[in-house]
Amino acid sequence: MAFLELKAVSKGFGSNGSRSEVIEDINLEIERGEFVAIVGYSGAGKTTLISLIAGLIKPDAGTITLNGLEITDPGPDRGIVFQNYSLLPWLSVFENIYLAVDQVFCNWAPARKQQHTEKYIAMVNLTPARDKRPGELSGGMRQRVSVARALAMDPQILLLDEPLSALDAITRSTLQDEIGRIWEQDRKTVVLITNDVDEGIYLSDRIIPLSAGPGATLGPSIAIDMARPRDRRAVNHNPRFRQIRREIIDYLLGVGGKKRATVTRKLFLPDIEPEDLSVPRNTSSSRRRPIRRREIKKETVEINS
Amino acid sequence: MITNRRSEFKLDWLILPLLGAVFVLLLWQIASTMWSKDLPGPLRTWNASKPYLVKPFEKRGELDQGILRFAWYSLLLVAKGYAIALLIGTPIGFMLGLSKFFAKSFDPIVQILRPVSPLAWLPLGLVLFQKSQPAAVFTIAICAMWPTVLNTAVGVRSIPQDYLNVARVLKLSRSKTLFKVLIPATLPYMFTGFRLSLGIAWLVIVAAEMLTGSPGVGGFLWQEYNALIYEHIILCILTIGVIGFILDRLMSLVERRFKS
Ligand SMILES: Nc1ncnc2c1ncn2[C@@H]1O[C@H](COP(=O)(O)OP(=O)(O)O)[C@@H](O)[C@H]1O
Ligand SMILES: [Mg+2]
Repeated sequence: MAFLELKAVSKGFGSNGSRSEVIEDINLEIERGEFVAIVGYSGAGKTTLISLIAGLIKPDAGTITLNGLEITDPGPDRGIVFQNYSLLPWLSVFENIYLAVDQVFCNWAPARKQQHTEKYIAMVNLTPARDKRPGELSGGMRQRVSVARALAMDPQILLLDEPLSALDAITRSTLQDEIGRIWEQDRKTVVLITNDVDEGIYLSDRIIPLSAGPGATLGPSIAIDMARPRDRRAVNHNPRFRQIRREIIDYLLGVGGKKRATVTRKLFLPDIEPEDLSVPRNTSSSRRRPIRRREIKKETVEINS
Repeated sequence: MITNRRSEFKLDWLILPLLGAVFVLLLWQIASTMWSKDLPGPLRTWNASKPYLVKPFEKRGELDQGILRFAWYSLLLVAKGYAIALLIGTPIGFMLGLSKFFAKSFDPIVQILRPVSPLAWLPLGLVLFQKSQPAAVFTIAICAMWPTVLNTAVGVRSIPQDYLNVARVLKLSRSKTLFKVLIPATLPYMFTGFRLSLGIAWLVIVAAEMLTGSPGVGGFLWQEYNALIYEHIILCILTIGVIGFILDRLMSLVERRFKS
């Protein structure tokens, strides 16, 4: 029996009339110590999937087991890094992490808890920002706090929900390296949700595409048999890397693409004319008034992102 | 450029408000000379108020005290009623925000009691407590409570799901969730409620004192009306306004600290 198992898991939102199935028939097995990446479009249901594993929401059908035990509640054995960091803004970096440490290792002496907290702050290179509030940190730093908080709980499995999506490209690749480095240290089981295929391949042992919703489901998983530690530049030229990437993208464009919905909506064009600032305005006589009748146009939007 | 800015700044801060004040004084003067002979003009008001303003804390007799001394009595009473309003209102707000059951059960009652005027509560207070002071405190507490109740409830309801998820993942106990997550997340809303409540408490005290005749700015106002010293009515009105304004400013300073 695998460490983490999802069997025929489905989840939808809304009631009868406006109900939509977000994910359907998800089957997934993850072994202990494995680093698995799941890639999919945004809106596909990735956060829904990770929330199910975290126990924050319950599946409509199917079962999720960790270590043979069914997941019913959220708990600190599953460290989760939320997509939007979810740091408490009134606590400092230290306090945010300490809150978790204090909770998980409640029978430790205070000095030990403190030391443990400091260790993880140092691990993500945030010691200088130890006493800052999240509001004073950059996006990348906040994300590192969030990662440190999850790791400090010493969870059995680490759930990362698009941890780097909100960051700029440079910070992103730095943090990818950092996540890789930290993972090498203790080889925890990790589920990484991402919308970046390269990121998924670069970091994981196995990558699985999630087709576009509604009714998203997991595609075939592809093992990434490239040696670690991986070198970003070398990986980019690796033919195996390119081949995996093509397979994933083909899947997402193929299966996912077919399901892509289109929406038609009316557009109301503004009925005023842009003002010509080079001409001095005659304030006394002419009011600004619609020059053009209101135009209505139609637009068809493909929902693919 | 910089001097220009600064002079504009002065204009906003000093000159325009002064202009407004002069305009109102003028209007007041005109009204007192042309329209109502009983309305004392600005100068007469100033002369009659001087002893109360120059020695604001003096006690010349039970009914003849410095204006700030009277204000102090009123503030003490307000403080009592206000403290009770917060102590009762905040937990009620939390319950309304946290529990759908509680909200459905008590929201209608809150909505019905909220618009009731202090003038209606005071007699009930007198019936309940027999004495004027506790009745005034009761009235202040029950009237000032509602903004705190409602703002706290709204604050609790609008706590982002993310913060609650953190509490759930960490399996924080109920009390820890309350003190580490719910209360800090609600504080900005609570303080908005506290500020509005203080404004109401200050409104109510004057009405309560007038009706019960207890010593304070409102009591003094009513007594001077009966004594036909109309200058002091205006003195009281201005004092009430200034103190209300200062209270509001102080609270909004505190509020801003919690919002950032
Ligand atoms: N609590 C919810 N209530 C209703 N709809 C939801 C809820 N959570 C997610 N959804 C819907 O499920 C779909 C997938 O959302 P999500 O899992 O956040 O996608 P992703 O993380 O892949 O971007 C979206 O269409 C979203 O509107
Ligand atoms: Mg998401």
